[in-house]
Amino acid sequence: MRNVRTWAAVVLAGALTTLGLAGCGGTDAAGSGTPTPAPSAAATVTVKDPWVKAGPAGEMTAAFGTLVNGTDADITITSAESPDSPLELHEMTMKDGKMVMQPKEGGFVIKAKGTHELSPGGDHLMLMKPAKAIEPGDELTFTLKLADGATVPFTAIAKPFAGAEESYAPSDMGSMAP
Amino acid sequence: MTSRRRLLAGGAAAGLGVAAGAAVVAATGRDDTPVTVAAAATVDTGTATVDFHGPRQAGVAEDPPAHAAFVAFTLAGGVDRRALARMMRLLTDDARRLTAGAPALGDTDATLAVLPARLTVTFGFGPGLYRAAGQKSPVTDLPTFTIDRLERRWSGGDLLLQICADDPLTVAHTQRMLIKDARPFGAVRWVQQGFRRSPGVQAPEHTQRNVMGQLDGTANPRGPEIDPAVWNADGSTQLVVRRVRAEIEKWDILAVSDKENAVGRRLESGAPLSGTQEHDEPDFAQLDDSGLPAMPDFSHVTRARVTDPTLKILRRPYNYDGAPNAAGQPDAGLIFAAYQRDIARQFVPIQQRLAEKDLLNEWITPIGSAVFAVPPGCADDGWIGEQVLA
Repeated sequence: MRNVRTWAAVVLAGALTTLGLAGCGGTDAAGSGTPTPAPSAAATVTVKDPWVKAGPAGEMTAAFGTLVNGTDADITITSAESPDSPLELHEMTMKDGKMVMQPKEGGFVIKAKGTHELSPGGDHLMLMKPAKAIEPGDELTFTLKLADGATVPFTAIAKPFAGAEESYAPSDMGSMAP
Repeated sequence: MTSRRRLLAGGAAAGLGVAAGAAVVAATGRDDTPVTVAAAATVDTGTATVDFHGPRQAGVAEDPPAHAAFVAFTLAGGVDRRALARMMRLLTDDARRLTAGAPALGDTDATLAVLPARLTVTFGFGPGLYRAAGQKSPVTDLPTFTIDRLERRWSGGDLLLQICADDPLTVAHTQRMLIKDARPFGAVRWVQQGFRRSPGVQAPEHTQRNVMGQLDGTANPRGPEIDPAVWNADGSTQLVVRRVRAEIEKWDILAVSDKENAVGRRLESGAPLSGTQEHDEPDFAQLDDSGLPAMPDFSHVTRARVTDPTLKILRRPYNYDGAPNAAGQPDAGLIFAAYQRDIARQFVPIQQRLAEKDLLNEWITPIGSAVFAVPPGCADDGWIGEQVLA
Protein backbone atom coordinates (compact mmCIF):
# COMPACT_ATOMS: atom_id res chain seq x y z
CA MET A 1 0.00 0.00 0.00
CA ARG A 2 2.74 2.34 1.00
CA ASN A 3 4.45 1.73 -2.29
CA VAL A 4 1.40 2.58 -4.35
CA ARG A 5 0.69 5.69 -2.34
CA THR A 6 4.15 7.14 -2.69
CA TRP A 7 4.36 6.35 -6.38
CA ALA A 8 1.09 8.22 -6.82
CA ALA A 9 2.63 11.15 -5.00
CA VAL A 10 5.57 11.15 -7.39
CA VAL A 11 3.25 11.21 -10.37
CA LEU A 12 1.25 14.05 -8.83
CA ALA A 13 4.46 15.97 -8.31
CA GLY A 14 4.78 16.05 -12.06
CA ALA A 15 7.38 13.36 -12.65
CA LEU A 16 7.62 11.79 -16.07
CA THR A 17 4.98 9.27 -16.97
CA THR A 18 7.62 6.58 -17.56
CA LEU A 19 8.63 6.89 -13.94
CA GLY A 20 5.13 6.06 -12.82
CA LEU A 21 4.97 3.12 -15.20
CA ALA A 22 8.23 1.75 -13.91
CA GLY A 23 6.79 1.88 -10.43
CA CYS A 24 3.60 0.14 -11.48
CA GLY A 25 5.69 -2.54 -13.08
CA GLY A 26 6.28 -3.72 -9.57
CA THR A 27 9.21 -5.75 -8.43
CA ASP A 28 11.04 -6.83 -11.57
CA ALA A 29 14.76 -6.78 -10.97
CA ALA A 30 16.47 -3.79 -12.42
CA GLY A 31 18.70 -4.43 -15.37
CA SER A 32 16.19 -6.81 -16.89
CA GLY A 33 14.68 -4.19 -19.11
CA THR A 34 13.07 -1.82 -16.64
CA PRO A 35 13.61 1.63 -18.14
CA THR A 36 15.70 3.92 -15.99
CA PRO A 37 13.51 6.87 -15.13
CA ALA A 38 14.77 10.24 -16.29
CA PRO A 39 15.45 12.88 -13.66
CA SER A 40 12.78 15.50 -13.23
CA ALA A 41 13.60 18.97 -14.44
CA ALA A 42 14.30 20.29 -10.96
CA ALA A 43 16.75 17.53 -9.98
CA THR A 44 19.81 19.05 -8.41
CA VAL A 45 21.37 16.12 -6.59
CA THR A 46 23.58 13.43 -8.05
CA VAL A 47 24.42 10.07 -6.54
CA LYS A 48 28.05 9.01 -6.74
CA ASP A 49 29.27 5.40 -6.39
CA PRO A 50 25.93 3.83 -5.43
CA TRP A 51 25.78 0.18 -4.39
CA VAL A 52 23.48 -2.21 -2.58
CA LYS A 53 24.31 -5.02 -0.21
CA ALA A 54 23.15 -8.27 -1.86
CA GLY A 55 20.86 -10.51 0.17
CA PRO A 56 17.96 -12.96 0.18
CA ALA A 57 14.36 -12.13 -0.61
CA GLY A 58 12.39 -10.64 2.25
CA GLU A 59 15.41 -9.73 4.35
CA MET A 60 16.29 -6.13 5.08
CA THR A 61 19.33 -4.76 3.34
CA ALA A 62 20.68 -1.32 2.47
CA ALA A 63 21.87 0.94 -0.33
CA PHE A 64 24.88 3.23 -0.02
CA GLY A 65 26.65 5.96 -1.97
CA THR A 66 27.52 9.64 -1.86
CA LEU A 67 24.80 12.26 -2.34
CA VAL A 68 26.25 15.34 -4.03
CA ASN A 69 24.54 18.73 -3.90
CA GLY A 70 25.77 20.94 -6.73
CA THR A 71 23.65 23.94 -5.77
CA ASP A 72 24.09 26.92 -3.47
CA ALA A 73 21.22 25.88 -1.20
CA ASP A 74 20.72 23.05 1.26
CA ILE A 75 18.65 20.17 -0.15
CA THR A 76 16.57 17.68 1.80
CA ILE A 77 15.91 14.13 0.65
CA THR A 78 12.53 13.25 2.09
CA SER A 79 12.02 9.72 0.79
CA ALA A 80 13.26 7.12 -1.65
CA GLU A 81 11.58 4.52 -3.86
CA SER A 82 12.61 1.35 -5.64
CA PRO A 83 10.57 -1.15 -7.63
CA ASP A 84 12.46 -3.87 -5.74
CA SER A 85 11.54 -3.03 -2.15
CA PRO A 86 9.81 -0.57 0.15
CA LEU A 87 12.45 1.89 1.35
CA GLU A 88 13.13 3.98 4.43
CA LEU A 89 15.75 6.63 5.14
CA HIS A 90 17.74 5.43 8.12
CA GLU A 91 20.41 6.76 10.42
CA MET A 92 22.58 5.04 13.02
CA THR A 93 22.42 6.55 16.45
CA MET A 94 23.69 5.83 19.97
CA LYS A 95 20.95 4.65 22.31
CA ASP A 96 21.63 3.27 25.79
CA GLY A 97 25.27 2.81 24.89
CA LYS A 98 24.52 0.87 21.70
CA MET A 99 24.41 1.85 18.05
CA VAL A 100 20.92 1.33 16.66
CA MET A 101 19.32 2.34 13.43
CA GLN A 102 16.16 4.36 13.18
CA PRO A 103 14.24 6.31 10.55
CA LYS A 104 15.89 9.67 9.90
CA GLU A 105 13.59 12.42 11.15
CA GLY A 106 13.22 15.12 8.51
CA GLY A 107 15.18 13.16 5.91
CA PHE A 108 18.80 13.56 4.76
CA VAL A 109 19.96 17.18 4.50
CA ILE A 110 22.74 17.79 1.99
CA LYS A 111 24.46 21.09 2.64
CA ALA A 112 24.89 23.61 -0.19
CA LYS A 113 27.76 22.50 -2.47
CA GLY A 114 28.23 19.65 -0.05
CA THR A 115 28.07 15.86 0.02
CA HIS A 116 26.25 13.42 2.26
CA GLU A 117 27.70 9.96 2.76
CA LEU A 118 25.48 6.89 2.89
CA SER A 119 27.69 4.10 4.24
CA PRO A 120 27.65 0.90 6.29
CA GLY A 121 27.43 1.98 9.91
CA GLY A 122 26.07 5.40 8.94
CA ASP A 123 23.07 6.86 7.17
CA HIS A 124 21.66 4.53 4.52
CA LEU A 125 18.66 3.72 2.37
CA MET A 126 17.00 0.75 4.02
CA LEU A 127 15.40 -1.83 1.76
CA MET A 128 12.72 -3.03 4.17
CA LYS A 129 11.54 -6.13 2.34
CA PRO A 130 13.06 -6.97 -1.05
CA ALA A 131 10.47 -8.81 -3.16
CA LYS A 132 13.11 -11.21 -4.39
CA ALA A 133 16.72 -12.06 -3.76
CA ILE A 134 19.17 -9.31 -4.63
CA GLU A 135 21.99 -11.21 -6.31
CA PRO A 136 25.58 -9.95 -6.57
CA GLY A 137 25.89 -8.00 -9.82
CA ASP A 138 22.18 -7.14 -10.05
CA GLU A 139 21.48 -3.57 -11.00
CA LEU A 140 18.66 -1.94 -9.03
CA THR A 141 16.92 1.33 -9.79
CA PHE A 142 16.10 3.88 -7.10
CA THR A 143 14.43 7.26 -7.03
CA LEU A 144 15.18 9.88 -4.41
CA LYS A 145 12.43 12.37 -3.64
CA LEU A 146 13.43 15.89 -2.67
CA ALA A 147 11.55 18.27 -0.38
CA ASP A 148 10.54 20.43 -3.34
CA GLY A 149 8.98 17.44 -5.10
CA ALA A 150 11.84 16.90 -7.55
CA THR A 151 13.07 13.34 -8.10
CA VAL A 152 16.54 11.88 -8.65
CA PRO A 153 16.77 8.44 -10.22
CA PHE A 154 19.89 6.31 -9.99
CA THR A 155 21.04 2.75 -10.57
CA ALA A 156 23.09 0.79 -8.02
CA ILE A 157 24.96 -2.48 -8.42
CA ALA A 158 24.55 -5.21 -5.80
CA LYS A 159 27.65 -6.46 -4.02
CA PRO A 160 28.33 -9.26 -1.54
CA PHE A 161 29.26 -7.51 1.70
CA ALA A 162 29.97 -9.00 5.10
CA GLY A 163 29.60 -5.77 7.08
CA ALA A 164 26.49 -3.63 7.59
CA GLU A 165 24.94 -6.42 9.64
CA GLU A 166 22.78 -3.82 11.36
CA SER A 167 20.76 -3.82 8.16
CA TYR A 168 20.06 -7.50 8.39
CA ALA A 169 18.92 -8.27 11.90
CA PRO A 170 16.20 -5.96 13.08
CA SER A 171 15.85 -8.04 16.25
CA ASP A 172 19.51 -7.56 16.97
CA MET A 173 19.94 -4.00 15.85
CA GLY A 174 21.90 -3.11 18.94
CA SER A 175 25.14 -4.61 17.73
CA MET A 176 27.56 -2.77 15.52
CA ALA A 177 30.07 -5.54 15.92
CA PRO A 178 31.14 -7.08 12.61
CA MET B 1 66.48 22.21 -7.91
CA THR B 2 64.80 20.74 -10.95
CA SER B 3 64.46 17.35 -9.34
CA ARG B 4 63.14 18.83 -6.13
CA ARG B 5 60.57 20.88 -8.02
CA ARG B 6 59.46 17.76 -9.80
CA LEU B 7 58.97 16.09 -6.46
CA LEU B 8 56.84 18.93 -5.21
CA ALA B 9 54.78 19.17 -8.36
CA GLY B 10 54.35 15.46 -8.92
CA GLY B 11 52.94 12.76 -6.75
CA ALA B 12 49.41 12.03 -5.70
CA ALA B 13 49.03 14.79 -3.16
CA ALA B 14 50.98 17.95 -2.51
CA GLY B 15 51.39 16.86 1.09
CA LEU B 16 53.05 13.65 0.04
CA GLY B 17 55.43 15.53 -2.24
CA VAL B 18 56.39 17.97 0.48
CA ALA B 19 56.98 15.21 2.96
CA ALA B 20 59.11 13.21 0.57
CA GLY B 21 61.07 16.29 -0.51
CA ALA B 22 61.74 17.29 3.05
CA ALA B 23 62.90 13.81 3.94
CA VAL B 24 65.33 13.73 1.05
CA VAL B 25 66.75 17.14 1.82
CA ALA B 26 67.18 16.18 5.46
CA ALA B 27 68.93 12.98 4.52
CA THR B 28 71.34 14.48 2.02
CA GLY B 29 71.71 18.00 3.34
CA ARG B 30 71.47 19.19 -0.28
CA ASP B 31 68.64 19.58 -2.70
CA ASP B 32 70.39 18.95 -6.02
CA THR B 33 71.85 15.49 -5.66
CA PRO B 34 70.91 12.49 -7.82
CA VAL B 35 69.26 10.97 -4.77
CA THR B 36 66.36 13.38 -5.12
CA VAL B 37 65.82 12.13 -8.68
CA ALA B 38 65.55 8.59 -7.40
CA ALA B 39 63.12 9.72 -4.72
CA ALA B 40 60.94 11.44 -7.30
CA ALA B 41 60.84 8.30 -9.41
CA THR B 42 59.69 6.32 -6.39
CA VAL B 43 56.75 8.63 -5.80
CA ASP B 44 55.74 8.38 -9.46
CA THR B 45 55.81 4.58 -9.29
CA GLY B 46 52.96 4.51 -6.82
CA THR B 47 50.63 6.85 -8.65
CA ALA B 48 51.24 5.57 -12.19
CA THR B 49 48.17 4.08 -13.87
CA VAL B 50 47.44 1.90 -16.89
CA ASP B 51 44.10 2.66 -18.56
CA PHE B 52 41.66 -0.17 -17.97
CA HIS B 53 39.38 0.69 -20.88
CA GLY B 54 39.91 0.08 -24.57
CA PRO B 55 39.23 -2.41 -27.34
CA ARG B 56 41.85 -4.75 -25.84
CA GLN B 57 42.37 -5.67 -22.21
CA ALA B 58 45.30 -4.14 -20.38
CA GLY B 59 47.93 -6.33 -18.78
CA VAL B 60 49.08 -8.04 -21.96
CA ALA B 61 51.22 -5.86 -24.20
CA GLU B 62 52.48 -3.41 -21.56
CA ASP B 63 55.87 -3.86 -19.95
CA PRO B 64 55.05 -6.23 -17.05
CA PRO B 65 54.93 -4.67 -13.58
CA ALA B 66 57.05 -6.21 -10.84
CA HIS B 67 54.41 -8.22 -9.01
CA ALA B 68 51.60 -10.48 -10.12
CA ALA B 69 48.91 -12.75 -8.76
CA PHE B 70 47.23 -15.24 -11.04
CA VAL B 71 43.94 -16.27 -9.41
CA ALA B 72 41.88 -19.09 -10.93
CA PHE B 73 38.32 -19.98 -9.94
CA THR B 74 36.10 -23.03 -10.33
CA LEU B 75 32.55 -21.92 -11.05
CA ALA B 76 29.85 -23.11 -8.67
CA GLY B 77 27.19 -25.48 -9.98
CA GLY B 78 24.20 -23.68 -11.46
CA VAL B 79 26.16 -20.59 -12.47
CA ASP B 80 24.71 -19.88 -15.90
CA ARG B 81 25.15 -17.21 -18.50
CA ARG B 82 23.01 -14.67 -16.64
CA ALA B 83 24.93 -15.23 -13.41
CA LEU B 84 28.22 -14.96 -15.29
CA ALA B 85 27.08 -11.61 -16.69
CA ARG B 86 26.34 -10.39 -13.17
CA MET B 87 29.74 -11.62 -12.00
CA MET B 88 31.59 -9.88 -14.80
CA ARG B 89 29.69 -6.60 -14.35
CA LEU B 90 30.72 -6.66 -10.71
CA LEU B 91 34.35 -7.61 -11.29
CA THR B 92 34.69 -5.12 -14.13
CA ASP B 93 33.41 -2.36 -11.85
CA ASP B 94 35.99 -3.29 -9.22
CA ALA B 95 38.80 -3.46 -11.77
CA ARG B 96 38.03 -0.13 -13.41
CA ARG B 97 38.00 1.66 -10.05
CA LEU B 98 41.05 -0.03 -8.53
CA THR B 99 43.20 0.40 -11.66
CA ALA B 100 42.41 4.13 -11.53
CA GLY B 101 43.56 4.32 -7.91
CA ALA B 102 40.03 4.56 -6.48
CA PRO B 103 38.51 2.22 -3.89
CA ALA B 104 36.09 -0.44 -5.08
CA LEU B 105 32.46 0.02 -4.07
CA GLY B 106 32.10 -1.19 -0.49
CA ASP B 107 35.90 -1.29 -0.18
CA THR B 108 36.55 -1.97 3.50
CA ASP B 109 40.20 -0.94 3.13
CA ALA B 110 39.86 2.10 0.90
CA THR B 111 43.24 3.48 1.96
CA LEU B 112 44.97 0.58 0.21
CA ALA B 113 43.50 1.57 -3.16
CA VAL B 114 45.13 4.97 -3.61
CA LEU B 115 48.48 3.81 -5.01
CA PRO B 116 47.67 1.73 -8.11
CA ALA B 117 51.35 1.42 -9.17
CA ARG B 118 50.47 0.53 -12.79
CA LEU B 119 47.82 -1.94 -11.61
CA THR B 120 46.18 -4.04 -14.30
CA VAL B 121 43.46 -6.65 -13.95
CA THR B 122 43.14 -8.99 -16.92
CA PHE B 123 40.30 -11.48 -17.18
CA GLY B 124 40.60 -14.91 -18.80
CA PHE B 125 37.80 -17.40 -19.48
CA GLY B 126 38.58 -21.12 -19.31
CA PRO B 127 36.77 -23.83 -21.29
CA GLY B 128 34.48 -24.48 -18.30
CA LEU B 129 33.15 -20.91 -18.32
CA TYR B 130 32.04 -21.27 -21.92
CA ARG B 131 30.39 -24.59 -21.06
CA ALA B 132 28.50 -22.90 -18.22
CA ALA B 133 27.44 -20.14 -20.61
CA GLY B 134 26.33 -22.63 -23.25
CA GLN B 135 28.90 -21.35 -25.71
CA LYS B 136 31.68 -22.87 -27.77
CA SER B 137 35.06 -22.27 -26.14
CA PRO B 138 37.81 -20.69 -28.25
CA VAL B 139 40.37 -22.61 -26.15
CA THR B 140 40.75 -26.29 -25.30
CA ASP B 141 42.93 -27.96 -22.68
CA LEU B 142 46.47 -28.62 -23.84
CA PRO B 143 47.47 -32.08 -25.04
CA THR B 144 49.51 -34.12 -22.55
CA PHE B 145 53.24 -33.56 -22.91
CA THR B 146 55.68 -36.27 -21.89
CA ILE B 147 57.56 -33.92 -19.59
CA ASP B 148 54.44 -32.88 -17.66
CA ARG B 149 54.09 -33.77 -13.99
CA LEU B 150 50.93 -31.74 -13.55
CA GLU B 151 49.33 -31.28 -10.15
CA ARG B 152 45.63 -30.57 -9.85
CA ARG B 153 46.27 -27.76 -7.38
CA TRP B 154 48.03 -25.74 -10.09
CA SER B 155 45.96 -26.73 -13.11
CA GLY B 156 42.77 -25.79 -14.92
CA GLY B 157 40.32 -23.06 -14.05
CA ASP B 158 37.07 -21.56 -15.33
CA LEU B 159 37.91 -17.93 -14.63
CA LEU B 160 41.32 -16.31 -14.34
CA LEU B 161 42.28 -12.96 -12.87
CA GLN B 162 45.76 -11.77 -13.76
CA ILE B 163 46.52 -8.97 -11.31
CA CYS B 164 49.77 -7.05 -11.92
CA ALA B 165 51.25 -3.97 -10.23
CA ASP B 166 54.59 -2.52 -9.28
CA ASP B 167 53.70 -2.94 -5.61
CA PRO B 168 52.83 -6.16 -3.76
CA LEU B 169 50.44 -4.48 -1.30
CA THR B 170 48.42 -3.12 -4.21
CA VAL B 171 48.27 -6.61 -5.70
CA ALA B 172 47.22 -8.07 -2.34
CA HIS B 173 44.41 -5.56 -1.85
CA THR B 174 43.15 -5.99 -5.40
CA GLN B 175 43.25 -9.77 -5.07
CA ARG B 176 41.29 -9.59 -1.81
CA MET B 177 38.63 -7.27 -3.22
CA LEU B 178 38.12 -9.29 -6.40
CA ILE B 179 37.98 -12.62 -4.58
CA LYS B 180 35.31 -11.22 -2.24
CA ASP B 181 33.16 -10.27 -5.21
CA ALA B 182 33.86 -13.43 -7.24
CA ARG B 183 33.24 -16.03 -4.55
CA PRO B 184 29.42 -15.98 -4.69
CA PHE B 185 29.96 -17.47 -8.16
CA GLY B 186 32.73 -19.96 -7.51
CA ALA B 187 35.61 -21.21 -5.42
CA VAL B 188 39.24 -20.20 -5.55
CA ARG B 189 40.96 -23.02 -7.42
CA TRP B 190 44.54 -21.83 -7.23
CA VAL B 191 46.57 -18.69 -6.70
CA GLN B 192 50.06 -18.20 -8.09
CA GLN B 193 51.99 -15.17 -6.95
CA GLY B 194 55.12 -14.07 -8.73
CA PHE B 195 57.63 -11.31 -9.12
CA ARG B 196 60.06 -9.71 -11.48
CA ARG B 197 62.70 -7.03 -10.90
CA SER B 198 61.35 -4.04 -8.99
CA PRO B 199 60.67 -0.78 -10.81
CA GLY B 200 63.74 1.41 -11.14
CA VAL B 201 66.14 -1.49 -10.70
CA GLN B 202 66.65 -1.90 -14.44
CA ALA B 203 65.63 0.05 -17.51
CA PRO B 204 62.05 -0.57 -18.66
CA GLU B 205 61.65 -3.30 -21.26
CA HIS B 206 64.68 -5.20 -19.99
CA THR B 207 64.51 -8.93 -20.49
CA GLN B 208 63.32 -10.75 -17.40
CA ARG B 209 65.87 -12.91 -15.57
CA ASN B 210 64.45 -16.07 -14.03
CA VAL B 211 65.45 -17.85 -10.80
CA MET B 212 67.86 -20.03 -12.78
CA GLY B 213 69.71 -16.90 -13.84
CA GLN B 214 68.64 -17.08 -17.47
CA LEU B 215 67.40 -14.14 -19.47
CA ASP B 216 63.86 -15.14 -20.33
CA GLY B 217 61.94 -13.53 -23.18
CA THR B 218 64.72 -12.31 -25.48
CA ALA B 219 62.89 -13.60 -28.56
CA ASN B 220 59.60 -11.96 -27.55
CA PRO B 221 57.79 -9.94 -30.20
CA ARG B 222 58.28 -6.24 -29.48
CA GLY B 223 56.52 -3.06 -30.63
CA PRO B 224 54.82 -3.60 -33.97
CA GLU B 225 55.65 -7.33 -33.86
CA ILE B 226 53.16 -7.83 -31.03
CA ASP B 227 49.97 -7.25 -33.01
CA PRO B 228 50.26 -10.08 -35.56
CA ALA B 229 51.33 -12.54 -32.85
CA VAL B 230 48.99 -11.64 -30.02
CA TRP B 231 45.81 -9.83 -30.99
CA ASN B 232 42.82 -11.12 -32.89
CA ALA B 233 40.73 -8.70 -34.94
CA ASP B 234 38.03 -8.53 -32.25
CA GLY B 235 40.56 -7.52 -29.57
CA SER B 236 40.75 -10.96 -27.98
CA THR B 237 43.83 -13.04 -27.27
CA GLN B 238 44.63 -16.34 -25.56
CA LEU B 239 46.70 -17.12 -22.49
CA VAL B 240 48.62 -20.18 -21.37
CA VAL B 241 49.65 -20.28 -17.70
CA ARG B 242 52.06 -23.05 -16.71
CA ARG B 243 53.83 -23.51 -13.42
CA VAL B 244 57.33 -24.71 -14.12
CA ARG B 245 59.36 -25.89 -11.17
CA ALA B 246 63.08 -25.22 -11.38
CA GLU B 247 65.20 -28.14 -10.21
CA ILE B 248 67.70 -25.70 -8.77
CA GLU B 249 69.68 -28.17 -6.67
CA LYS B 250 70.49 -30.09 -9.87
CA TRP B 251 71.05 -26.90 -11.84
CA ASP B 252 73.56 -25.75 -9.20
CA ILE B 253 75.78 -28.72 -10.01
CA LEU B 254 76.32 -27.66 -13.61
CA ALA B 255 79.27 -25.63 -14.81
CA VAL B 256 78.36 -22.36 -16.49
CA SER B 257 79.28 -23.74 -19.93
CA ASP B 258 76.94 -26.70 -19.43
CA LYS B 259 74.13 -24.36 -18.41
CA GLU B 260 74.79 -22.25 -21.49
CA ASN B 261 74.70 -25.30 -23.76
CA ALA B 262 71.35 -26.35 -22.34
CA VAL B 263 69.86 -22.94 -23.00
CA GLY B 264 71.79 -21.97 -26.14
CA ARG B 265 72.62 -18.54 -24.71
CA ARG B 266 75.34 -16.98 -22.60
CA LEU B 267 74.01 -16.66 -19.06
CA GLU B 268 75.42 -13.19 -18.41
CA SER B 269 74.64 -11.41 -21.68
CA GLY B 270 71.86 -13.57 -23.03
CA ALA B 271 73.67 -13.64 -26.39
CA PRO B 272 73.10 -16.74 -28.49
CA LEU B 273 76.15 -19.05 -28.46
CA SER B 274 76.65 -18.06 -32.10
CA GLY B 275 76.76 -14.32 -31.29
CA THR B 276 77.91 -11.65 -28.86
CA GLN B 277 74.84 -9.51 -28.04
CA GLU B 278 71.50 -10.49 -26.47
CA HIS B 279 69.52 -9.58 -29.55
CA ASP B 280 71.86 -11.10 -32.14
CA GLU B 281 69.93 -13.53 -34.35
CA PRO B 282 71.02 -17.09 -33.55
CA ASP B 283 73.05 -18.57 -36.43
CA PHE B 284 72.22 -22.26 -36.53
CA ALA B 285 74.71 -22.90 -39.35
CA GLN B 286 77.68 -21.58 -37.45
CA LEU B 287 80.17 -24.21 -36.25
CA ASP B 288 82.33 -23.92 -33.17
CA ASP B 289 86.06 -24.72 -32.90
CA SER B 290 85.38 -28.42 -32.68
CA GLY B 291 83.28 -28.39 -35.86
CA LEU B 292 79.96 -28.83 -34.02
CA PRO B 293 77.04 -26.39 -34.35
CA ALA B 294 77.59 -23.37 -32.10
CA MET B 295 73.88 -23.59 -31.29
CA PRO B 296 73.42 -27.21 -30.12
CA ASP B 297 70.36 -28.80 -31.70
CA PHE B 298 69.19 -29.93 -28.24
CA SER B 299 69.35 -26.42 -26.77
CA HIS B 300 66.22 -24.65 -25.56
CA VAL B 301 66.65 -21.74 -27.99
CA THR B 302 67.12 -24.06 -30.96
CA ARG B 303 64.04 -26.13 -30.11
CA ALA B 304 61.80 -23.16 -29.31
CA ARG B 305 62.83 -21.18 -32.39
CA VAL B 306 60.00 -19.56 -34.37
CA THR B 307 60.61 -17.35 -37.39
CA ASP B 308 57.07 -16.76 -38.70
CA PRO B 309 56.01 -13.55 -36.92
CA THR B 310 52.38 -14.78 -36.71
CA LEU B 311 53.51 -17.92 -34.85
CA LYS B 312 55.51 -16.21 -32.12
CA ILE B 313 54.18 -16.05 -28.58
CA LEU B 314 54.45 -13.16 -26.12
CA ARG B 315 55.96 -14.49 -22.91
CA ARG B 316 55.06 -12.53 -19.78
CA PRO B 317 56.52 -14.73 -17.06
CA TYR B 318 56.87 -14.15 -13.33
CA ASN B 319 59.24 -15.91 -10.95
CA TYR B 320 57.97 -17.70 -7.89
CA ASP B 321 59.96 -18.54 -4.79
CA GLY B 322 58.13 -20.27 -1.97
CA ALA B 323 59.52 -21.28 1.38
CA PRO B 324 62.37 -23.81 1.22
CA ASN B 325 61.87 -27.17 2.93
CA ALA B 326 63.68 -28.27 6.10
CA ALA B 327 66.64 -29.44 4.05
CA GLY B 328 66.94 -25.99 2.53
CA GLN B 329 65.79 -27.06 -0.90
CA PRO B 330 64.00 -24.26 -2.69
CA ASP B 331 60.44 -24.26 -3.97
CA ALA B 332 61.11 -21.97 -6.88
CA GLY B 333 60.44 -21.69 -10.56
CA LEU B 334 58.54 -19.82 -13.18
CA ILE B 335 54.92 -18.85 -13.65
CA PHE B 336 55.11 -19.17 -17.41
CA ALA B 337 52.43 -16.88 -18.87
CA ALA B 338 52.28 -16.51 -22.64
CA TYR B 339 49.85 -14.63 -24.85
CA GLN B 340 49.07 -15.46 -28.46
CA ARG B 341 46.20 -15.30 -30.94
CA ASP B 342 45.71 -19.05 -31.04
CA ILE B 343 47.16 -21.48 -28.49
CA ALA B 344 46.68 -24.53 -30.71
CA ARG B 345 48.51 -22.92 -33.61
CA GLN B 346 51.24 -21.09 -31.69
CA PHE B 347 52.02 -22.48 -28.24
CA VAL B 348 51.29 -26.17 -28.76
CA PRO B 349 53.81 -26.82 -31.59
CA ILE B 350 56.56 -25.02 -29.67
CA GLN B 351 55.84 -26.97 -26.48
CA GLN B 352 55.70 -30.20 -28.51
CA ARG B 353 59.19 -29.57 -29.88
CA LEU B 354 60.49 -28.71 -26.40
CA ALA B 355 58.91 -31.80 -24.85
CA GLU B 356 60.45 -34.04 -27.53
CA LYS B 357 63.98 -32.72 -27.18
CA ASP B 358 65.16 -29.84 -25.05
CA LEU B 359 68.15 -30.42 -22.81
CA LEU B 360 66.74 -27.88 -20.36
CA ASN B 361 63.98 -30.39 -19.53
CA GLU B 362 66.51 -32.02 -17.20
CA TRP B 363 66.26 -29.03 -14.89
CA ILE B 364 62.67 -27.85 -15.24
CA THR B 365 59.36 -29.64 -14.53
CA PRO B 366 55.91 -28.39 -15.56
CA ILE B 367 53.67 -28.93 -12.52
CA GLY B 368 50.69 -26.77 -13.49
CA SER B 369 48.87 -25.92 -16.69
CA ALA B 370 45.82 -23.90 -17.69
CA VAL B 371 44.45 -22.19 -20.79
CA PHE B 372 42.21 -19.15 -21.03
CA ALA B 373 40.55 -17.11 -23.72
CA VAL B 374 41.09 -13.42 -23.00
CA PRO B 375 38.03 -11.56 -24.25
CA PRO B 376 38.25 -8.06 -25.74
CA GLY B 377 38.46 -4.99 -23.54
CA CYS B 378 35.50 -2.75 -22.83
CA ALA B 379 34.42 0.88 -23.00
CA ASP B 380 33.83 3.14 -19.97
CA ASP B 381 30.23 1.97 -19.69
CA GLY B 382 30.82 -1.65 -20.72
CA TRP B 383 32.06 -4.77 -19.00
CA ILE B 384 34.54 -7.49 -19.83
CA GLY B 385 32.86 -10.47 -21.46
CA GLU B 386 29.81 -8.58 -22.70
CA GLN B 387 30.34 -9.95 -26.22
CA VAL B 388 30.07 -13.49 -24.88
CA LEU B 389 27.66 -13.18 -21.97
CA ALA B 390 25.28 -10.26 -22.61
